[in-house]
Amino acid sequence: MKAKNQRLILALLALAAVIGAGLLAVSGLKQEAAFFYAPGDVPKDDLPLDRAVRLGGMVKAGSIRHDADGVTLRFVVTDGKAEVPVTFKGIAPDLFKENSGVVAEGRFQADGRFIAANLLAKHDEKYMPPELAGKMHKTGSLKQ
Amino acid sequence: MHAYANPARFLKLARPLTPVFLTLGAALVLFGCYAGLVMTPPDYLQGDSVRIMYIHVPAAWLGMGGWSAIAIASITQLVWRHPLAGVAARAIAMPGALFTAICLVTGSIWGRPTWGTWWEWDGRMTSMLVLLFLYFGYIALSNAGDDRTSVSRATAIFGIVGAVNLPIINRSVVWWNSLHQGPSITLKGSTIAPELLWPLLPTVIGFSLLFGGIVLMRMRTNLAEAKREARLRRMAAA
Repeated sequence: MKAKNQRLILALLALAAVIGAGLLAVSGLKQEAAFFYAPGDVPKDDLPLDRAVRLGGMVKAGSIRHDADGVTLRFVVTDGKAEVPVTFKGIAPDLFKENSGVVAEGRFQADGRFIAANLLAKHDEKYMPPELAGKMHKTGSLKQ
Repeated sequence: MHAYANPARFLKLARPLTPVFLTLGAALVLFGCYAGLVMTPPDYLQGDSVRIMYIHVPAAWLGMGGWSAIAIASITQLVWRHPLAGVAARAIAMPGALFTAICLVTGSIWGRPTWGTWWEWDGRMTSMLVLLFLYFGYIALSNAGDDRTSVSRATAIFGIVGAVNLPIINRSVVWWNSLHQGPSITLKGSTIAPELLWPLLPTVIGFSLLFGGIVLMRMRTNLAEAKREARLRRMAAA
């Protein structure tokens, strides 16, 4: 066998081993590398009460309520499988809207509610001009 | 491929190509940025902040494309012993790191008005930051030996191993819950409306040409340096 081919086979074997190791590591990380829990990921009878977590999902349509104090927000985060009521005191990001993504940082309470210390808006991968969004909104296709 | 193993033959091609890449690239980038800032409509949700996309996306593409090129050059160096492969890999590392940094900085500036944060440790951001550190490690390793023209075999091996991070960056928003949105442009098409999408074409091609021009310049500089040193050594021996 020519030395060149030997080196090629060696390089390919090494590449396969490295990619395999990378995939193993990534599959081992699985949920640990997730940025947030979706409501459906949270076990109802075993809430992570002892630590701060992030809860992410869609803000349920029609669920945003402003308290009389003017700074407290109440809304419901949903992922289609489960829902979690969230309370947040503070200034929400501009993109925080109903039917839009949100990531709340905070703690679960024993009764299943979530008290958020911080809100992040999460938008989807769709970008379009306002006129187009307006048209699509009427047909309901924006809601997927 | 070995037709260009001779540096003289490569230089004959690289010399006229460098200004072509740089001027054409600059023209396309200028046009693309003008189009992205003035000619396109704002986004329905993000407003004008969406325009940072026309820098952010090409920077991400070149940060990752740079390491892909380093990995290919590393294999070429180790397997076929092509004399210019290491020269190319060394020349790519610095602009690759630069564009990765531009991607991270523009992403951070974009994240503040849209997500409400400068930085979060989500899968996409963290893996992209790891890519920047890989570039730093690669540059340090390539400067560890005496060779300032090409790179050592250890550096080439590092170039291949580091490529493991590329699919992780690409898939990070699919595998894990992340703050960063999913991919907009896939093989199936684009979820960016055509009115907003088109200036990406000139900026991506333009920045890529600039990148290519910079790499050619750096390769020529390193080859010239090697030639000068060889001549000095010959003169000292004579």
